[in-house]
Amino acid sequence: MTRSLLHEILDYANRADPYPLYEELRKTPVHHVDDGAYVVSTYYEIRSLLHDPRISSEARHLASTAHDPLAAAAQEEDGVLPPSFLRLDPPEHDRLRRMTNRPFGPPHSPHRVDGMREELHGIVSDLIDGIGDPGRIDLVDQFSYPFPVTVICRLLGVPREDEARFHSWADTIAASLDPDPDADPAERGKEAHEARMQLGMYLAGLIEQRRKNPRDDMLSALATAEGPDGAMATMELLSTAALLLIAGHETTVNLVTNGMLTLLRNPDVLRRLRADPRLAVPVVEELLRFEPPVQLLPQRTPLADIEVRGVTIPKGASLWLVLASGNRDPQRFENPDRFDPDRRDIQHLGFGSGIHSCFGAPLARLEAQLALSELARRLDNPRLLQDPPPYRQNAVLRGPRHLPIACDGIRP
Amino acid sequence: MSGDGSLEWLRREGRIVVVGASLAGLRAAETLREKGFAGSLTMIGDEPYEPYDRPPLSKQVLLGVATADGTALPRRRALDATWRLGVAATGLDMAAGRVRLADGDEVPYDRLLIATGVRARPWPRPEEAELDGVFVLRTRDDSTALARRLAEGPKRVFVIGAGFTGSEIASACRERGLAVTVAERAAAPLVGALGGVVGAVAAELQREHGVDLRCGVMVTALEGDAAGRVRAAHLSDGATIETDVVVVSLGATRNTEWLAGSGLGAGPRGIACDAGCRAFDIRGIVTDDIYVAGDVARSPHPLFGYQFLSLEHWGNAVSQAEIAAHNMLSESADRIPHMWVPAFWSSQFGVNIKSVGVPSMGTEIVVAQGSLTDRRFVGVYGYQGRVIGAVAFDHARWLPFYQELIETTAPFPPPFPMVDRRPDGQRPMDADFPDPSVPTHGPTVTLSGYSPADRRMTFTPAH
Repeated sequence: MTRSLLHEILDYANRADPYPLYEELRKTPVHHVDDGAYVVSTYYEIRSLLHDPRISSEARHLASTAHDPLAAAAQEEDGVLPPSFLRLDPPEHDRLRRMTNRPFGPPHSPHRVDGMREELHGIVSDLIDGIGDPGRIDLVDQFSYPFPVTVICRLLGVPREDEARFHSWADTIAASLDPDPDADPAERGKEAHEARMQLGMYLAGLIEQRRKNPRDDMLSALATAEGPDGAMATMELLSTAALLLIAGHETTVNLVTNGMLTLLRNPDVLRRLRADPRLAVPVVEELLRFEPPVQLLPQRTPLADIEVRGVTIPKGASLWLVLASGNRDPQRFENPDRFDPDRRDIQHLGFGSGIHSCFGAPLARLEAQLALSELARRLDNPRLLQDPPPYRQNAVLRGPRHLPIACDGIRP
Repeated sequence: MSGDGSLEWLRREGRIVVVGASLAGLRAAETLREKGFAGSLTMIGDEPYEPYDRPPLSKQVLLGVATADGTALPRRRALDATWRLGVAATGLDMAAGRVRLADGDEVPYDRLLIATGVRARPWPRPEEAELDGVFVLRTRDDSTALARRLAEGPKRVFVIGAGFTGSEIASACRERGLAVTVAERAAAPLVGALGGVVGAVAAELQREHGVDLRCGVMVTALEGDAAGRVRAAHLSDGATIETDVVVVSLGATRNTEWLAGSGLGAGPRGIACDAGCRAFDIRGIVTDDIYVAGDVARSPHPLFGYQFLSLEHWGNAVSQAEIAAHNMLSESADRIPHMWVPAFWSSQFGVNIKSVGVPSMGTEIVVAQGSLTDRRFVGVYGYQGRVIGAVAFDHARWLPFYQELIETTAPFPPPFPMVDRRPDGQRPMDADFPDPSVPTHGPTVTLSGYSPADRRMTFTPAH
């Protein structure tokens, strides 16, 4: 019974609207899937586990998962690169994240993200200008996908002409994050392995160039760092760069697409946003609660037996935290299934929480705010051509694969 | 007062007076309006400024990256209040329900909230305190004056007292490249709040950043030149420090003098109130119309043996103000207790320090995560076999977990494996707090007095 509920959530047929299933899931805040993963779906329990130092993010602490196809499918590391800080515990996690943050955010680089505001605006404007026939737009292919790829490439310093190759590598690797029980893990693992290899080789070459001729980009800063932690080893830098590339666009594409979809389903909010672009800030926060780009975290494990709501989760078990369900927990949020940007109390789990909370959050917020306010302002009378739209396979990084929309014209 | 409509009348046309126009006073007033209070609201403050935020005054303002007049608190909503700013309250007539003001006015109230906070404790010898170049730091004016002097590039800044404020001042000075000497009576900085084990880390941190830190010494005299400018400080070990700026950072004094003789339970330790923020009178009877919030309040906390805690913490001021405002407008059955778990933060020498619970009640400490040598760690404090507090150096994101341990009176030391728990982290040490009978600049948490009750209760936050 419990097994079938989790399978239903992972079942592609339910991708467009998993929320009724999450509601069902919350009736048992800690689900034990037959000898497999423990799935936690309620807000307070998830938040508490995200701050619990007995929970590890390292794959090596997982007990053998050979008999559990769901947990096995959730593994994405395959030994090409050392684990990124996403899959490391302190102190290694802290050291790498600290070094990566140095050229990215406060206190050492407080202006990096804000300084990209104009550049982001330019990218958004160009993409909207380039929309051809307003009667048939695929918002994903024509806007949501190219936008964050361009942003992350410029942030890191990846040349534009190489971006197309990134699309394909990143797509393959992100798909391997999807714990879809029906796919052939061996075949997908092989493809992901290949993509990681090529991405790694490409980046190694780029890092080498930036070491010799540093520019004002993150890759140069990371490659030439002389902070108190010393320089990053080349393999660490490769893992980190790959992490930033993938995390930087596979998530934002969903945030922007989910955002436009939600606005089109809530025309009154869309109207308000068009009249007042400042509404973009609360709109994006509510989106992160309502339709979070990362639906669940399938990669944690306890270092000791821990008790959560009367259930003992044993050491080494695979622990899944369903952020998207916590965000709809009526114990925490009033009318959780209502999209309401006027909500005042909105401490969502959209970016996770604790030491692994989203590294790129400030950039993602700015990207989504700019994208949605400009789309609202410039698309004349936009409407959905297909509801629900076709979704990506991925249940973790959930979002539409295409978003067919139409409008009467593009405003200047 | 329930059931007879008086509460309805109060909400509709009553008069609420808030004495103290800072963080607690402002948030209480906003909460009153939010909960539908439609009567008259009067805000009384002795400073001429609208409510402003104090944490930046010892940090960004001293660094010159913000100005003291740019720290006004953001408003949650319009208040529609009568503001009496720049006029101190000088007396209270409880029987008549009136607050006396310095300009002779009297303001009548139906409900009174006292949030007069604390002020910087001055240098005890007035003739030395008045020397040009001698500062304290509490208010916007203090910060403006000190920042201006620091910008002039003094030869050496001398800080008396290495509590949180003194340490933050020293940190800002070093960041500006100024020579700094810090004199501390205890064996290390921050010992009053965090104990000697963590104090030793703070001492290393200061010295590594070039602070000339002198511990275990007292300042015996401040010396001025003929023009009345400070020129040197004399220490109990015989040393003389030549300096042109002295910052006296000896903790705070509670602003309760104006209540002397009023019959309210107010004194140097603050104003005693119940967990619902209602003030006690001197007979130990709780009042129905006078409430207290913020730094000036002392209230019993069930989690800490019902001891009366007074907390000079930003978050406490906000939480207590909201609860006082709620309770003012509520029937007794609808009142809620103030059970905020103490928490504070500081930022100094590039390190974020954050604490939960009451470390100073702890007798033992264990480094549960990270290491003291790296200066990145979580220190957990134990008291009678339970977790009573925790402090984090650059590790604040873990603290919600330790707060849960404190709230559930979890056993000390924590028995389970954790990420980044080192071999040293298995072994509790003496937390090394100074003898509380020896006066110091004072910790940010003070414990005083007990309630008659000594029951244990299970504390569950309002999930």
